[in-house]
Amino acid sequence: MTDERPPRPIPEADDASRPFFEGGLEGKLMLMKCSECGAWRLPARSHCDNCLSDAFTWEQASGRGTVRTFGVMHQRYHPGFETPYDVTIVELEEGPRLPTNLVGITPGAIRTGMPVRVDFENHDDVALPRFRPEGTQSNL
Amino acid sequence: MAHPLRGVAAITGLGMTPMGRIYKSTSELAADAVKAALTDSGLRKDQIDGLLINPGITGSTGGGISLGLQNYLGMQNLRLLNHMNAAGSTAAQMVQYAAMAIQAGMVNHVVCVFADAPLKDGSSAGAAYGGAARNPQRPKGMAGLYAAAGYFGANTPYALAARRHMDVYGTTQDQLGVIAVGQRQWATMSPLAQMRTPITIEDYHNSRWIIEPLHLLDCCLVSNGAVAVIVSSAEAAKEMPQPPVYIHGMGQGHPGDRGRAGSDWETQTGAQLAARTAYAMAGVGPGDIDCCQIYDCYTYTVLVTLEDYGFCKKGEGGPFVEDGKLGPGGALPTNTGGGELSGYYMWGMTPLSEGIIQTRGQGGERQVPKNDLVLVTGNGGSLSYHAALILSPHQN
Ligand SMILES: [Zn+2]
Repeated sequence: MTDERPPRPIPEADDASRPFFEGGLEGKLMLMKCSECGAWRLPARSHCDNCLSDAFTWEQASGRGTVRTFGVMHQRYHPGFETPYDVTIVELEEGPRLPTNLVGITPGAIRTGMPVRVDFENHDDVALPRFRPEGTQSNL
Repeated sequence: MAHPLRGVAAITGLGMTPMGRIYKSTSELAADAVKAALTDSGLRKDQIDGLLINPGITGSTGGGISLGLQNYLGMQNLRLLNHMNAAGSTAAQMVQYAAMAIQAGMVNHVVCVFADAPLKDGSSAGAAYGGAARNPQRPKGMAGLYAAAGYFGANTPYALAARRHMDVYGTTQDQLGVIAVGQRQWATMSPLAQMRTPITIEDYHNSRWIIEPLHLLDCCLVSNGAVAVIVSSAEAAKEMPQPPVYIHGMGQGHPGDRGRAGSDWETQTGAQLAARTAYAMAGVGPGDIDCCQIYDCYTYTVLVTLEDYGFCKKGEGGPFVEDGKLGPGGALPTNTGGGELSGYYMWGMTPLSEGIIQTRGQGGERQVPKNDLVLVTGNGGSLSYHAALILSPHQN
């Protein structure tokens, strides 16, 4: 059965997000940082949501964060996902939050507030940031 | 001094179609509801000079009502017309803008209409709102991060919010379940409700997980149907056939979520701001409210909204609802038509329609004993948009 499972959706980098998705291939979590106020943001937007400046640089984030909240999905929305699986919001040390899945932990062991660290899941042309509990080893 | 908008406008007409797997176009459903509202109000169609239109999910997935509804309804020379969408907060907002336009002398009688038909013959309710089928295999850019994480549908953000509340405040699954059970009890007394078989807390726990911590019975229904409401001046309302439903208070709150540290969107909602505005306008507080119609896309939405309206302290919504006070015979009758969980899912028209019925005293078997002030709330997005009305059968 597993062999017949279609692939999960994999994002395709666009111009705005290319350093984010390609940075992961080199093990780097790249974010935008506002040149005017210094606020970090995910590369979803040209303007800083703090000061509305459109001047920014790409910077490497620490890769450390905490579990803000999570859910355990049982509904089969997309055939590429084996249920149940976690949908987790990680709050990065730099401030931005992003949706992800944890690795190296079963959904039942996830706790709000637990420290996690980025671990990249590599595909041909993009790398997806997943997160694992701090102190565990990557096996991706 | 009383607020200049308090008691100057009233809801004078209500029209509803049957709800559920009703396979008609949204324009047809809207016309059925508008016709019923006109009959209810005693107004002729040519007396209507305002029309506010709110499509449901079909507004974004296709086939939703649009400005063209004016011509489908054959309405001419309107002095107020718009197509509005602030998700589940729209219904209450339409009544607010109608009341303000009436008070400003722009218009006399405004029809506010919602219609939706996401259910297709032979497809599941989940398919109507899931959105997965619309996700390409290679979604472009950052938005693709959601699909890549399996973050689908409206169920996901509400599960995330409920989990946060449970972990920060100790809210339990049983406390969410009590809300579902109580609303189903109400629904058994409503001929309008889609789900009228009583449920127990065991049934709740045994219902399948959608996304933990939400069971199937934590989630609203999906319905085809339409609701139309007519807003008129308080003076006109006195001469009309139905008991007037006066608007004493209204407010909105849209907190914003910048997706970064510092936002507590999960547990602190726009209801806080809307409540302050609406209570101030009505000159009342939570202790004065007799009956609540709280937007209940999920059980959790009810719990967090009650906190934000000050019925209990932040974080104490679980213990507050635990004794069943929201159900029949309880101290704070809430969602007395079964709400969106057990009644019908017409976005913000679900709480609004039942609020009108209770304020008029037309609730039949489920009529609440005291209805001097009825709170109606609307919520949309991921706890993103909020609007409130405080309704009363008394002008002052
Ligand atoms: Zn900035």
